[in-house]
Amino acid sequence: MAFVFLLATFVGFQVIQNVSRLLHTPLMSLTNAISAIAVVGSIIIAGEQKSTFSTILGTIAVAASVTNIVSGFLITDRMLKMFRERKPRS
Amino acid sequence: MTYAEHLTQASYLAAAALFIMSLRWLSDPKTARRGVGAGVAGMAAAIVGTLLHPEIVNYTWIVVACVIGTAIGVPLSRVPLTAVPQRTALSHAFGGLAAGLVGTAKYFLWLHDGELTTFRMAAIGTEVILGYVTLTGSLMAAGKLQEIIPTRPITYRGQNLVNLSLLAIAFGAVVLLLFRPDLWVLFPAIIVLSLVFGVLLIMPIGGADMPTVISLLNAYAGLAAVAMGFVLENKVLITAGALDGSSGLILSIIMCRAMNRSFTNVLFGAFGQVQAGAAATEARTVKSGTPRDAADLLENASRVVIVPGYGMAVAQAQHRVKEIYDQLTKRGVDVKFAIHPVAGRMPGHMNVLLAEAEVPYEALIEMDEINRDLPQTDVVLVVGANDVVNPAARHDAKSPIYGMPIIDADKARFVIANKRSMNPGFAGIENELYYAENTLMLFGDAKSVLGEVVKALAGDAAH
Repeated sequence: MAFVFLLATFVGFQVIQNVSRLLHTPLMSLTNAISAIAVVGSIIIAGEQKSTFSTILGTIAVAASVTNIVSGFLITDRMLKMFRERKPRS
Repeated sequence: MTYAEHLTQASYLAAAALFIMSLRWLSDPKTARRGVGAGVAGMAAAIVGTLLHPEIVNYTWIVVACVIGTAIGVPLSRVPLTAVPQRTALSHAFGGLAAGLVGTAKYFLWLHDGELTTFRMAAIGTEVILGYVTLTGSLMAAGKLQEIIPTRPITYRGQNLVNLSLLAIAFGAVVLLLFRPDLWVLFPAIIVLSLVFGVLLIMPIGGADMPTVISLLNAYAGLAAVAMGFVLENKVLITAGALDGSSGLILSIIMCRAMNRSFTNVLFGAFGQVQAGAAATEARTVKSGTPRDAADLLENASRVVIVPGYGMAVAQAQHRVKEIYDQLTKRGVDVKFAIHPVAGRMPGHMNVLLAEAEVPYEALIEMDEINRDLPQTDVVLVVGANDVVNPAARHDAKSPIYGMPIIDADKARFVIANKRSMNPGFAGIENELYYAENTLMLFGDAKSVLGEVVKALAGDAAH
């Protein structure tokens, strides 16, 4: 697992250094949506129903993650739509 | 492994690959929207893969939570673009919350079943501290950005000592739990300490440092997800968390470099207090002009550079700025925008606002590149920026912003600076640019004053 972490951090550094500075705000909202992959862990806790306590915490965690997924991807796309090239002069 | 487990693992692998591609496509505005598609596809694959998990016995609460999350998420994605920094801080808070809650649930489940190994306990401890610190820290940052909480730094004596002791006690408690995981009373104490630490950490940080702080909280949220991945032994979580964490870290480093400051200085330096004992203010005069004067200067220039700052965002003046851009380009004037990395309240803030106003992105130029052109520029128009154009950063070793890379607005032939009043900027530092021979001050709210300039320019065009 530590291996996966190191590798992913390395790839992350490489890829993100190439992200256009123009797009740093969308980058932040996109990575935010991606890290809401925490929903995967939350779903299992909410769905395995081992105790009432864990089910409640899991459910709140799923709601928080889904909020980030939905709003993160939507707002990233909304922002990216606005970055336009100069229109060719007619 | 069963057939379903193989499918789950395959979906996670696909998700990890798609997430990496998604970020790769962000390297160019032309392919960037494809990146969102890849991200959504990756997320969908991972969620479907998880729902196949045999341990899930009941879907009711999952569905309820998804409905609630969507109901909150959709309005959050429609906020005005000036509120994007707050929204971002809020989403870091949600990320921290999810990590904290999953860690808490896992601790008590494993404690009950007697399955708390030392490794699991260490991972949970890290996850919970990072998660809850990110939660309250980000809520504080969002509150400051929304100006519910005073944006001035709040400081008191011994603040750093108090903060660091709190964090040390929380980590100490985690170490104790490694040896005695059954001492469960320590667990709520760790949660409370982390929550309090998050609040105290952000309290002394001022508005101008928000770009760095948001990036740093971004990194924490990512690392909390990584810790969650170690707790749940889930590789896609570790991968996605690491991508988020490294992105936050890179952005923090860029922001710190753009202010010539270190992490510790941002977190513990309480920048933005009114600097006492700075050079006694001499009675100096500024030249104040009318929108008409500004319009004359602008339309007679052949090269114009516009420097936007947080003031433009506050006044929502980006559309007026675009109208000036249109008026001038129509006349054949070359107009560029100079974007300082820390202008605004989060990385890339100005770019998004100007893109919203339909300024083509080729006209948005980074600081280093535009500085080469400034000596050949006729007019610089400063809209709501202050410290990022203060020449004291280059030559006044006593200035608190000394050494910070700036946009060399003073090297242009003329400067037009729009400001609400002569009050010093956020950091309370005098800006000699305003007193310079070739500077014309344009006082007033950016939106209305620039509107007047546009009118003057349009009137001239009609003749």
